Amino acid sequence: MPPVNTDFMPQDGSNDWRDAAHSTGTSIMASEFDGGVVIGADSRTTTGAYIANRVSDKLTRVTDHIYCCRSGSAADTEAIADIVGYHLNFHGMELGEEPSVEVGAAIFKELCYNYRDSLMAGILVAGWDKKKGGQIYSIPIGGMCVRQEVSIGGSGSSYVYGYMDANYKPKMSKEDCVKFVTNTLALAMSRDGSSGGVIRLGIITEEGIERRVVLGNELPKFYEG
Amino acid sequence: MFNSTHSAPPPFWSNGPAPGAFYNFPGTVAPVTNPITHTQSPVTTSTSIVSITYDKGVLIAGDLLASYGSLARYKNCPRVIEINPNIIMGAGGDYADFQYVKSFIEQKIIDEDCLDDGLKMKPKSLYCWLTRIMYQRRSKLDPFWNNLVVGGIQDGVPFLGTVDKLGTAYTDKVICTGYGAHIALPVLRDALDKKPNLNLNEAKQLIKKCMEVLFYRDARSYPKYQLGMIDVDEGVKIEGPISVEENWNIAYMT
Amino acid sequence: MSSIGTGYDLSASQFSPDGRVFQVEYAMKAVENSGTVIGLRGTDGIVLAAEKLIMSKLHETSTNKRIFNIDRHIGMAFSGLIADARQIVEIARKEASNYRLQYGTSIPLKYLNDRVSMYMHAYTLYSAVRPFGCSVILASYETDEPNMFLIDPSGVSYGYFGCATGKAKQSAKTEIEKLKLGNLTCKEIVKEAAKIIYLVHDELKDKNFELELSWVCKDSGGLHVKVPESVYADAEKAAKQAMEADSESDTEEM
Repeated sequence: MPPVNTDFMPQDGSNDWRDAAHSTGTSIMASEFDGGVVIGADSRTTTGAYIANRVSDKLTRVTDHIYCCRSGSAADTEAIADIVGYHLNFHGMELGEEPSVEVGAAIFKELCYNYRDSLMAGILVAGWDKKKGGQIYSIPIGGMCVRQEVSIGGSGSSYVYGYMDANYKPKMSKEDCVKFVTNTLALAMSRDGSSGGVIRLGIITEEGIERRVVLGNELPKFYEG
Repeated sequence: MFNSTHSAPPPFWSNGPAPGAFYNFPGTVAPVTNPITHTQSPVTTSTSIVSITYDKGVLIAGDLLASYGSLARYKNCPRVIEINPNIIMGAGGDYADFQYVKSFIEQKIIDEDCLDDGLKMKPKSLYCWLTRIMYQRRSKLDPFWNNLVVGGIQDGVPFLGTVDKLGTAYTDKVICTGYGAHIALPVLRDALDKKPNLNLNEAKQLIKKCMEVLFYRDARSYPKYQLGMIDVDEGVKIEGPISVEENWNIAYMT
Repeated sequence: MSSIGTGYDLSASQFSPDGRVFQVEYAMKAVENSGTVIGLRGTDGIVLAAEKLIMSKLHETSTNKRIFNIDRHIGMAFSGLIADARQIVEIARKEASNYRLQYGTSIPLKYLNDRVSMYMHAYTLYSAVRPFGCSVILASYETDEPNMFLIDPSGVSYGYFGCATGKAKQSAKTEIEKLKLGNLTCKEIVKEAAKIIYLVHDELKDKNFELELSWVCKDSGGLHVKVPESVYADAEKAAKQAMEADSESDTEEM
């Protein structure tokens, strides 16, 4: 990119949106429950401190039963999700059955690991398959891959590790799990400037996905001191 | 399989439009001029490996934490593994690199098993092969960011060797990496000076002590660990998760 | 072989006027010259058995095996030209290895079968190559389900409960059809397999042979391995006894 002449601009940080990359400074989350997984994300996309999109959807379909929660560079993660979607669609046709979540995560990992020097992507792969039921795989920036029962990611996540650890229970009911994810994300969004907007949710079970939205003015409220 | 002619991966998105190159005739691929970038630093990391040989085998211990900077992010990441009935291995450093190294070692073992000739790789062979791989990658300025510790039984004799991200390699009776090299190694060497030929139980107690001290003094450590054991008589066992027995009594002393 | 001399049998890339590819049919002849190989699918796994004909007493036993490992959970038996079969083994192993590297899990047999079939079929399409002079049986046991496929030199493959190829495939098939494969476990099937190989062996034409037995089943932990020595000995004994009983009843009838 040619250098931008910034001499005339106020140097107070209010012009960062001019050359900052679109990035999903984000809060994302996924949690297993009895029968599937709940995934969730905030809806804020920023360029610097400017909110480029306040209703973005960071929960991206890869197959009917596998979704990913994206954090990091919007461009990178969208491209990766597209490529993995293509691979899984093809692989599904070759196998004659839906690809497993494990295989989906392996392809994500392969891309994130091989191109770790050029990608900015932290991804949660979540879904349901008939072999292992609801599963979550966390693929952070260097391209490692690990299965977790519950996982959070993005810049907002660092504020709510404690809440997650304290409140996660194995084999929750669906609605308990939705509540847990909503609360965790609301707390993350309230403390992280790069996260905000609405909470988008997805509940993935054998039946496929059920999408929900919790509007920005209807988020659960906590201590605001 | 790890390919020795391995080079940088192909461009992430080839044949796509690039700024200033919109009118390239489809099919004629513009030469890639992007400089190849390489790992400058590790991301998700694990800490020390502590290992020791005793009269009839080798012990390797490593905790279960993978840190993300100072964030204790993944608390169940095994990094002491069985390679085959002759070899165990422990690894510290970048966990993504470890997973990759592990995958091609495992494939190599499968390839060997397929031959069905009754032969199994021995620890010195794996150790030597890993030194070549680590050195090759550092020579491409794209190192695997790991400390690898290989333990095993070679022709009835315990073997312990290590190689780091630069390809620096050595064998010894005790090997510790990372913080362990500063904190656990002196403890182990001291014990070995006093009694050169330890038995299994003595070696286990030493490892236990080292993991405890490392938990007190290494801020990237975790009080749950795995203990890999390979013994002339007992074969391979990977135990864990084992909890560190903590003692905070000195807190009352002020 | 009414085709000989018509000129349509010189290339794999040319049909005869009645729609046949003679080179492929000749390849099947090569398969029929070779020792019999059978595969039997039980409730808990698959047994492979091969009649390895010994051409010379000077050969070392247990060389030139006819049953191979492809991956931990996949075995392959073949009849036909051994050199051709080794090439199939090679590419099957590569497919299995690549699959694991890319998808992080072991290759499903259905998928491997598709790939190997496609590969063998490709060699029936061009004038510059000849088809493979071998048929292969692929067997696996994954997620509590046994699977078996047989691929012809034409590249055609079917899934089977019991299959046979080689010299005495017809009589072997007749024997297999007598078994109640749906109710038998691998332990029981091993003996049946050994019996069938002994039964269909033609003592007059082929003097010596070596029985090869392998399985991939629940008892072997989902691994494809040679059957344990004790199981092998029992099966061979049962087969020999069955042969003796058979010849006795024959003499009585006369």
